[in-house]
Amino acid sequence: MEARGAKWRWGLLDVVVVVFALVPVLWIMSLSFKTTATLTDGHFIPREWTLENYKTIFQTDQFVRALVNSIGIALISTLIAVVLGTMAAYAIARLDFPGKGALVGVSLLIAMFPQVSLVSPLFDIERRLGLFDTWPGLILPYITFALPLTIYTLSAFFKQIPWDLEKAAKMDGATQGEAFRKVIAPLAAPGVFTTAILAFIFCWNDFLFAISLTSTERSRTVPVALSFFTGDSQFEDPTGSISAAAVVITIPIILFVLFFQRRIVSGLTSGAVKG
Amino acid sequence: MSAPTTAAAKHRAEEKPLSKAEKARLSEGKRAERRLGWLLCAPAAIVMLGVAGYPILYSVWLSLQRYDLKFPDDREFVGLSNYVTVLSNQYWWTAFGVTMLITVVTVVVELVLGMALAVIMHRTLVGRGIVRTAALIPYGIVTVVAAFSWRYAWTPGTGYLANLFSDSAPLTERASSLAIIMLAEIWKTTPFMALLLMAGLALVPEDLLKAAAMDGATAWQRFTKVMLPVMKPAILVALLFRTLDAFRVFDNIYVLTAGANETSSVSMLAYNNLIKGLNLGIGSTMSVLIFLTVAIIAFVFVKLFGTAAPGSSDEGRR
Repeated sequence: MEARGAKWRWGLLDVVVVVFALVPVLWIMSLSFKTTATLTDGHFIPREWTLENYKTIFQTDQFVRALVNSIGIALISTLIAVVLGTMAAYAIARLDFPGKGALVGVSLLIAMFPQVSLVSPLFDIERRLGLFDTWPGLILPYITFALPLTIYTLSAFFKQIPWDLEKAAKMDGATQGEAFRKVIAPLAAPGVFTTAILAFIFCWNDFLFAISLTSTERSRTVPVALSFFTGDSQFEDPTGSISAAAVVITIPIILFVLFFQRRIVSGLTSGAVKG
Repeated sequence: MSAPTTAAAKHRAEEKPLSKAEKARLSEGKRAERRLGWLLCAPAAIVMLGVAGYPILYSVWLSLQRYDLKFPDDREFVGLSNYVTVLSNQYWWTAFGVTMLITVVTVVVELVLGMALAVIMHRTLVGRGIVRTAALIPYGIVTVVAAFSWRYAWTPGTGYLANLFSDSAPLTERASSLAIIMLAEIWKTTPFMALLLMAGLALVPEDLLKAAAMDGATAWQRFTKVMLPVMKPAILVALLFRTLDAFRVFDNIYVLTAGANETSSVSMLAYNNLIKGLNLGIGSTMSVLIFLTVAIIAFVFVKLFGTAAPGSSDEGRR
């Protein structure tokens, strides 16, 4: 009986969360299905449904190219940032070496500086190095600005892991590899995957760097491509197609989160701290 | 810098009774540890300094010059006079107040909501995957698009929210504009907070909670006495990075009001001067001032949390 009551309570809370999170999203979806004529009628549910907006965005090569660029750039940047961040965070949390404080300070400094003012010097450098309007030209800044959060989250996280368990496992006869795989990796996984999700979303959503450091379809990402959308004629509002594109580009995020959120569970299951 | 010195002193004190050979071995191990530490941090440090080092120094350098691209010949080193200009400007302080207000309100609300959301995402029994994913979607949506949809929703005649409340135009008045900006910010970034806090929750040992419950601790006591201490580092990171971001709020204001009716944030002022006004000197000065403000806030947070902060002295280590 207790359990059933709890289930209902959690269920109710879940509904509240989902509604809070999704109503504005449904509004964007609704806009994307509206016809040009009914776009501004103010109804939450479209009176006339149409797929025209979706057809429009997939008609041109532009959007599909941008989608490919976005996925590639965001995945590569996330992967590199998480790997480099994990290494640095492990050292910060576990090892004693001079310069540790400086590294943490520098990474925080980079996270704090207003990015608006970094764009034009970066533009100059990339022009000179030939990185302008290429994938690496975006991947490098993304790694740089994702790293501080990665290092911070992961080192805070690694600090809380009871590393003695590793020793205990080895004493119980586990090899170094087994101790890492069976004991430490499951404990570290929630932090690593949380960071991966945040880094991916940061790269995926960035507009500032993407608009300043790209100029053609070669490396233009989706948020920038969106800003170049126009209606069928110069005087037509592109809101419908922008909404449709917004819906489409949210799908990879959903897949990414769905895939990785499973890993964010309690690593310390029963038995771990029992004497 | 005092922490490493005392640690070293402690080491020396411990080493005293050891034989010479053992001492050599110890420092050998110590050196290996250092080398490993540097090796592991080097790639991250090189990338960060390589990409961001020069641009940051360059904008600090620009902030000390009179440099307006509209009058490129007037370029001149002027010391701190740009700072005097900005700091004695009334628009700057209005924007500063607005930014502070938005930062404080949104971060506090987000911390409370984010914590609740994290607990729900962590504990829920039904449809965990769906709840977690749904809760994170707002953060995943491109900010500019989300802001547009809010603007649309609040515009009289075209939006469901404006029609729902009254037929006034909330985005044309200062108080209601600020409220809407904050609502949009909170809706968008609470999931960020919640996700980081949830990762912290995953570190709380289940057995400890069960043991506390068996000892008669109430749910609130379990939360404050068992969960919060373990989550402290996660809370620090979430608060810190959220505050840094909140203070640099830009996209939402840009789309929702474009800074009309005195709703500009400091980042918008910097943007207007740098990109629109092409006044690199003044714009860079504002950037540096924003940076300094954020640095002070960060410093206070790190001090408040003490050893829970990454890179602090070894007491936090287990």
